[in-house]
Amino acid sequence: MTSSAPGAPRRLRTGQTRTLLLASALILPSIMIIFGVIIYPLLRALYLSLFEYSLTKVSHPFIGLGNYAHILSTPAFWASIERTLYFTLVSTAAELVLGLLVALLLNQEFYGRGVLRALIIIPWALPTMVNGMMWRWIDNADYGALNALLTQLHLIPEYRPWLSTPMSAMNMVIIADVWKMTPLVTLLILASLQTIPRSLYESSSLDGAGRWRTFWSIVFPYLKPTILIVLVVRTMEAFKVFDIIFMMTRGGPANGTLTVAYYTYVEAFSNLQLGSGAALSYLIALFILGFAMIYVRLLQTGDN
Amino acid sequence: MASSFTEHRARAAGGRPWPRTARTLERAFLYVAAIAVAVAIMAPFLWLVISSVASGADLLARPLRWLPTHASFDRYVKIFTSMQPGESAFTFRHALVNSLKVAAGSVGISMAVGVFAAYAFARLRFVGRNALALLFLTTYMLPPIALVIPLYLIMGHLHLRDTVSGLVLIYCSFITPYVIWIMKGYFEAIPVELEEAAMVVGASRIGSLFRVILPLSAPGLVTTFIFSLLLAWDEFLYALIMTSSVNAKTIPVAIAEFSGAHMIDYGMMAAGGVLAALPPVLITLILQKQIISGLTAGAVKG
Repeated sequence: MTSSAPGAPRRLRTGQTRTLLLASALILPSIMIIFGVIIYPLLRALYLSLFEYSLTKVSHPFIGLGNYAHILSTPAFWASIERTLYFTLVSTAAELVLGLLVALLLNQEFYGRGVLRALIIIPWALPTMVNGMMWRWIDNADYGALNALLTQLHLIPEYRPWLSTPMSAMNMVIIADVWKMTPLVTLLILASLQTIPRSLYESSSLDGAGRWRTFWSIVFPYLKPTILIVLVVRTMEAFKVFDIIFMMTRGGPANGTLTVAYYTYVEAFSNLQLGSGAALSYLIALFILGFAMIYVRLLQTGDN
Repeated sequence: MASSFTEHRARAAGGRPWPRTARTLERAFLYVAAIAVAVAIMAPFLWLVISSVASGADLLARPLRWLPTHASFDRYVKIFTSMQPGESAFTFRHALVNSLKVAAGSVGISMAVGVFAAYAFARLRFVGRNALALLFLTTYMLPPIALVIPLYLIMGHLHLRDTVSGLVLIYCSFITPYVIWIMKGYFEAIPVELEEAAMVVGASRIGSLFRVILPLSAPGLVTTFIFSLLLAWDEFLYALIMTSSVNAKTIPVAIAEFSGAHMIDYGMMAAGGVLAALPPVLITLILQKQIISGLTAGAVKG
């Protein structure tokens, strides 16, 4: 738009300059923090990943993409990716299904619904490490509550070392994660269930649709955006799982719970191979950023 | 919700009640499911609390006694009073204090700088705004494992390893972007007209930010503050790598270390865990409404 008043374009420009100045002043402190603790370290990691940088050696020769090539040809790396995918798939699927079921339950009317809704947030509020410690104690081979419960109910004949075989340990970690994260999924789905207009249910039952059909034709389409977002967010979170693994199994037994983030931790801080650790962390970051882009897309389409 | 799915069906079908047995059965199923969910949620946490007050002999008994023969709060008292460096109770107390300091410091700084940046992203139109906003969001999603190696080296150069200030600085890397992202949403939800009205009356932009926008977004500020505290309280990997003594060790690190020891006092471990869980659990229960609306705000479009 052009204004006929003389001098207006200039005022406009000074207005823009002032806005830019104000914006810079407001954002600058945050930029400095982000640059100092994120951007610079990221660049430093990229640089580091091009060297054979071992904390135990004096010289750190430049090897180009050697670390990346080495990682991608190491079977142990692919095994850790496989375990991470197993963890991600099973935990996300379980959280989604259980979260949906509990949300549907909480959307019904019954005495004590308010109390249950208040209680359900507790697992989510529990710190991750406390959650891991609690489940490690419950799963304890000699004194654990799980063993006590199952033997007293005569479901198993004797105490079992739940965390001592690779597959069982992985599943126990998944149970602990699902226990903590299902409430979040429940609350998200419940919130979008409550946005479904009542009239929709009514017209559907007037049509004589059964409950199953009502769910798939009316409820589910409403939930789809939320479910998609939950899927993406949980996948991102699950892919970087580290804390609960450290707490419950330290990657064991026999590397059975050695996920890719834990693998990176071991490479950098046990083997002291910082260069190859940095390369690994870059690969993880790239994967997560890919998912982050999907997430941003989803949020944007939700806005429109 | 005023009315349930079941009732809608009944009412929509012309008020004709369902066969009584089917309805009773359905109610029964509902309550059984509700009780099962309640037990699944509460039982593990209750067991942690019981373990923290039960005697050592009770905890190691086979068959296990679910209700302890003696309950005592000795372990909690010990955590708050132990003067013996090296004792787990002593470490737990120092770790709790360190966690508080780190959370307060990093959340304080992040709120102080992040709120203004969020305002600029929400309200000002300037070159590169979208690109910068996206940069902040992506940095928030970066996993700590991607940054911990360079940060370890950098903190070593700065002599900030094993210090509370070092951790405060590092925690800003995920809390500042978080604050910006969430507060941006709250600011965007406030009608522009309100601010324009203030500016017509003669307030400057900054003046209207302080007198109009910030008071109006108080609920958002509180929610963001609480979530940031929870994030800081929960963090583990950075603290694990950067700290090595009671100088800066946080509670998640203390718990991890303690449970990795050879001879574990399970009761003491449970007591430390309950103390670590208490602040977030209590805050979440008290501020339930804000927490739930904060959790769902991002993901649900009504």
